[in-house]
Amino acid sequence: MAQHEVNYLQKGGLPIMLTTVDKLVNWGRSNSLWFFTFGLACCAIEMMASGAGRFDFDRYGIIFRASPRQSEVMVISGTVTKKYAPFIRRLYDQMAEPKWVISMGSCANTGGMFNTYSTVQGVDRIIPVDIYLPGCAPRPETLQYAALMLQRKIRSESMNRKISTKRFI
Amino acid sequence: MFRRYQPKDNVQKKAYYTDRFLVVPEVPKNPVEDAVSLAHIDAVAKGVTVQESYMQRDNVVIIVDSKEAKKALELLKAEGYKVLTEMSAVDWLAKKGGFEVFYQLLNITAAKRIRVKCFIKENEAIESVESLFRSADWAEREMYDMFGIIANNHPHLKRILLPDDWHDYPLRKTYPLHGDEAANWYEVDLIYGKEYRDVIGPEQRDAAFVDENDTKNFARIGHEVGYGEQPTRDLTPIQYQEEGGTILVKKMKPEETKIRADRSWNKHLEGKE
Amino acid sequence: MQQPNRLSPFYENLAFEREDDRMIINFGPNHPSAHGLLNLILEMSGEEIVKAYPNVGFLHRGMEKMAENMIYNEFLPTTDRMDYVAASANNYGFALAVEKLVGLEVPRRAKVIRMLLLELNRLASHLFWLATHALDIGAMSVFLYAFREREYILDLIEDYCGARLTHSSVRIGGVPLDVTPEWRKATAQFMAHLPKEIEMYEGLLDTNRIWRMRLENVGRLDPDMAQSWGCSGIMLRGSNIKWDIRKEEPYELYDEVDFDIPTSDMCDSYGRYKLYMEEMRQSIRIINQVLDKYEGTEPELMAHAPQYVSAPKEQIMTQNYSLMQHFVLVTQGMRAPVGDIYVGTESPKGELGYYIYSDGEAYPYRLKIRAPSFFHTGLLQDWLPGSYLADVVTMIGSSNTVFGEVDR
Repeated sequence: MAQHEVNYLQKGGLPIMLTTVDKLVNWGRSNSLWFFTFGLACCAIEMMASGAGRFDFDRYGIIFRASPRQSEVMVISGTVTKKYAPFIRRLYDQMAEPKWVISMGSCANTGGMFNTYSTVQGVDRIIPVDIYLPGCAPRPETLQYAALMLQRKIRSESMNRKISTKRFI
Repeated sequence: MFRRYQPKDNVQKKAYYTDRFLVVPEVPKNPVEDAVSLAHIDAVAKGVTVQESYMQRDNVVIIVDSKEAKKALELLKAEGYKVLTEMSAVDWLAKKGGFEVFYQLLNITAAKRIRVKCFIKENEAIESVESLFRSADWAEREMYDMFGIIANNHPHLKRILLPDDWHDYPLRKTYPLHGDEAANWYEVDLIYGKEYRDVIGPEQRDAAFVDENDTKNFARIGHEVGYGEQPTRDLTPIQYQEEGGTILVKKMKPEETKIRADRSWNKHLEGKE
Repeated sequence: MQQPNRLSPFYENLAFEREDDRMIINFGPNHPSAHGLLNLILEMSGEEIVKAYPNVGFLHRGMEKMAENMIYNEFLPTTDRMDYVAASANNYGFALAVEKLVGLEVPRRAKVIRMLLLELNRLASHLFWLATHALDIGAMSVFLYAFREREYILDLIEDYCGARLTHSSVRIGGVPLDVTPEWRKATAQFMAHLPKEIEMYEGLLDTNRIWRMRLENVGRLDPDMAQSWGCSGIMLRGSNIKWDIRKEEPYELYDEVDFDIPTSDMCDSYGRYKLYMEEMRQSIRIINQVLDKYEGTEPELMAHAPQYVSAPKEQIMTQNYSLMQHFVLVTQGMRAPVGDIYVGTESPKGELGYYIYSDGEAYPYRLKIRAPSFFHTGLLQDWLPGSYLADVVTMIGSSNTVFGEVDR
């Protein structure tokens, strides 16, 4: 797996103790996550379905924004091809801190069923990923559960965070 | 001692076992009986030499020389075959030393289809039919992209499905499914540069890769703990928020959910309110 | 930038102004119009488009090469991911091509179930088209209503085969599962409910001034250009060419059911919108007729051809030879006869064709997929010049392209 460790404030080693300010900031951040509509393939349809009437996303404060400058979470839903990889990196760089990435579906996690010449074997070769969602395509409820897990993750972070790639299991 | 010789002219996967005495039947090639198609083929035969014409499972096929393919298509278009549904090539480099190009045409007024096949050698080019059918514009670009077959007099013969600086032609039989070295490192070289190849590491292409922790992790389904923590025998309940919840946000408990009866048209869920 | 990389700012690729007062802008590949990854390079003089160049390939996954390395049954789930909005239609096209090549005879009950699945997928695809097209134009509530109906259809399909989006519900030789009486009742009830919803959408959009202004006289596609570009499906029917493969070269039981082929001589996006609405009604009509055909069919679901198709599961679990044959078919693969075939079916997007060239091996020697959206996207090259930037979104939406198909 790719090792993308980015130290923002070069402050590694400080123990995480959440102060009230931290908690307030995290509360604000987690409850109004704005997603970047990054629908690539079939998973995009499930992402749209999870934003539509039955599996509503708006109740969590999540709004789909089309511009990277205005969003916080990038949901890579669909197959990442090598032709598209530089665009993903460019768009990820254009997002403002703090930002998180959810990799939705098998194709974004590891290349999925497309073990071919033109598929990037996992979007974590290019950008650091916070949450991996299995499935092909994952159900809308899975995406919502991932959004809630991301909220939990945000609430347990300190304000001055550094990005690290970790798996829960 | 010696590794087994793998022929390089066809690196695609083969069935692991083929019976020695297996003879696969051929789809029967019947002569064309349909009067309307016969009339069209005769009209074509007036202008070009039709090497062969047959019907296979209700597909009408004619075979012409590759230099006369465009003329044949012109004659067919005059007969009413105004739609070029598809065109592409088949790679016979290993067995016959060339490509077999086919054009699939459709006649809407007579509701008939016909396939025109021709054979070109490895470094030959084919005449573009873009002036007859605009759909050949993109179909020939795709053929060039995948096989490397050049179409003469094409307005804009450029790679269409792959990046412009891609190396080699993927659908040839000599190209492996996983891609050659340029393909494997394409995105790393493009975004980060060659130096980052060892930082990011090679792709994991083994479909049968087994992580030694997999059985351990799958045994833990239902008993998940954080990364690096001690395993536990208690069932971890599905929790959408952490224990204490957050202020001003309603804490959702999975036990309190219910299925609405009018949610789906599956009425045998009715009564589970 | 946080992590140093080699990507430089993109400015050198764009020429904002040249002497002739034209501007080149990049439309995509990441844009909120929900059609996928299309990079349109537009040369514009003011607001009007002078030249358009669609740049595709951002979703090219190499499916045709995958097919040369997989057995026929193994490749079937990959076809799901092409036109991912109506997955069973792609499965069915591939299954039909292989069945025709091999010469399999599908039992009647399987044909009935396949037709039900195909028409349900057509409805789902048209509802999705309506939702995204309306969302692009600005009618956001239609997006939510159409997705609600689509969720009901996905519920039915999920009840049948277990998956909402990528079905693999149609196999080579038939279908793997049977439909229960409750499923048929639920489908019939839904078919009774859906026409009212379609009326609601028409009531919201038909005479809506904004809708009409944005769609009428936008995207005039004359029949010659449509035929020259290899358009199919509603693009042809919207230009007054009456061509539907379900009527001309009927497969399954389409010659036994009664339905109309609506065409429109308006040639613009409004005509195509009306056609989609009408086609939804015709699909409902077909489903209602097919549901009646289920009674009295033999309970056979897969073709009986031991050389190519495995036996039903009950037999595999109890009979020895069926198990052995199934093992051989799964590990080595069925060997199709030597020859090539092209079969076109009417998918919701147009004519979806599969060209299979088999040389007797377990893996197809060449599989070419003829995707309707490929040519509809190429058509944008000739179609867009002359219209305004706001019409680009309408025209892309009206042509109903799905990029899983374009790039394969």
